[in-house]
Amino acid sequence: MNEPESNVAPPKGEPHGFQDLSGTNVGDIVFKTVLILGALLIPVLLGFLVWELVDGSRLAIQEYGLGFLTSSTWDPVAEEFGALPLIFGTLLSSLLALLIAVPLSLGVAVFLTEFAPARIRSPIAFLLELLAAIPSVVYGLWGIFVLIPFLRATIFPFLQGTLGFLPFFSGPIYGPSMLAAAVILAIMVMPYIMSVSREVLLAVPASQREAAIALGATRWEAVTTAVIPSARSGIIGAIILGLGRALGETMAVTMVIGNTHELAASLFAPGYTMAAVVANEFTEASTDIHFAALTYVALALFVVTLAVNAFARLLVWRVTQKASGSGGGR
Amino acid sequence: MSDRPRVEAQNLTASYHGKPAIREVSLSFQANQVHALIGPSGCGKSTFLRTINRMHELTPGATVEGSVLVDGKDIYTSGINPMHLRRHVGMVFQKPTPFPTMSIFDNVAAGLKILPRSERPLAEVVEEALRGAALWDEVKDRLNKSALSLSGGQQQRLCIARTLAPGPTVILLDEPTSALDPTATQRIEELLYKLKSKYTIVIVTHNMQQAARLSDTTSFFYLGELIEHADTKSLFTTPQKERTEAYVTGKFG
Repeated sequence: MNEPESNVAPPKGEPHGFQDLSGTNVGDIVFKTVLILGALLIPVLLGFLVWELVDGSRLAIQEYGLGFLTSSTWDPVAEEFGALPLIFGTLLSSLLALLIAVPLSLGVAVFLTEFAPARIRSPIAFLLELLAAIPSVVYGLWGIFVLIPFLRATIFPFLQGTLGFLPFFSGPIYGPSMLAAAVILAIMVMPYIMSVSREVLLAVPASQREAAIALGATRWEAVTTAVIPSARSGIIGAIILGLGRALGETMAVTMVIGNTHELAASLFAPGYTMAAVVANEFTEASTDIHFAALTYVALALFVVTLAVNAFARLLVWRVTQKASGSGGGR
Repeated sequence: MSDRPRVEAQNLTASYHGKPAIREVSLSFQANQVHALIGPSGCGKSTFLRTINRMHELTPGATVEGSVLVDGKDIYTSGINPMHLRRHVGMVFQKPTPFPTMSIFDNVAAGLKILPRSERPLAEVVEEALRGAALWDEVKDRLNKSALSLSGGQQQRLCIARTLAPGPTVILLDEPTSALDPTATQRIEELLYKLKSKYTIVIVTHNMQQAARLSDTTSFFYLGELIEHADTKSLFTTPQKERTEAYVTGKFG
């Protein structure tokens, strides 16, 4: 109060002093430090995670080496462990899920952005995004009580009747199966793929649609010639997001896949995934080698997820490179 | 030579959600001339342009009353397929709108691929369209490059080539140079001047000098009404209506 503000009126005869402009902003420094620490935390955590996984699985790595990834025996009593059926199960269930979910999600996204009456666009998009909020254990229960009985009674016999000559659709029908897991996963990843693709399609400028229509294109041709190509890299990004979710999903999958360490060509046969086996057997592992084998599976899951994501990102990068003029442009 | 106009609007009213954007416009354009539509923003000149290729009706809530005749045929009767109409009445927009994922060649061919029934080889039609748009010499060695590698002015000429490729008779341009620099603008103007020997050109412009330089007839719109339509020279030198005079002399706008 009694200290006068020194720089309100500069003293007579003196020029405006630059000392008035100096000084540091403490808040800025604190903020910056906090942000840097936060950003550093992520790679550090990742490093710890990898180290922990490698350390925990050291016993199994020494015992089985890389052969662990190609062996299909899983016998905790005889202390024989191999992860091939698990890797196979994780990749196959996710791939099948994408095969089901991608066309459906893209269809919904295109319908909602291009064809649906304006009044129903937002409500439907909102409902679909709500699907993402359902806990996976609820999906699992729904899978056990609704989806599996339905698949076993109608879809599976139909597939076997029409396509039974293919090995994928032969063999006995139990209910819990690779295909049931794929269907559950498809339903779970659809909201992600749908809502991201929808936003990407919405971001395509209206002028692109108009340009195609002015050339004599129908609404549908405008979508296929102008809208979807412009949104291509974003759509692939949406699919990657869905894939990442499918690869790591644990609870719903383990509730419907049948949890059997077997390599089967038939999609009606039960299977297992890496995430599911770790969740199921971790609490029951009584020997050190069993424990180490499960950690080794977790490490493999980590590497597989990382590799798939890296590959997918490479794909997006190549597509966008192509789109923005193969070099030489200005 | 028939003196039937190529494009003729009769008592045309176009509305958005029941609110007319243009009222009772009757106007005709002769073939092989450049026709300019001028007027302050929101006067309805773009709406009028979009009724000629039935782009107006794509806006939700848009309706049209009255008729538009193209080569004597009413394009608002039920037998007309708007997709086919738009091949005869091409349109170029304010901002260049090349398809960003396509090469230069594919951009020009885009309209042809939608309806693949041309007997002529695609490459021939594309070359002709690019020559027509005065772009061939600049791009002939890089037809497979992305359309985005072109400058803004080149992109707009690419869009003109894309519009020429399906073989229209009428070309509508909605302020085609307002996003371009003066040099690129001049090239487009020279191009349009050349194109009128083969096409009927209707251009919306904010720029009165452009209308005066380029067009054979000029129509002045104000608040949704056609105030005056005349030879460009007489409209700018001896306008009949006070409003027109006030606008062309820059008293408002």
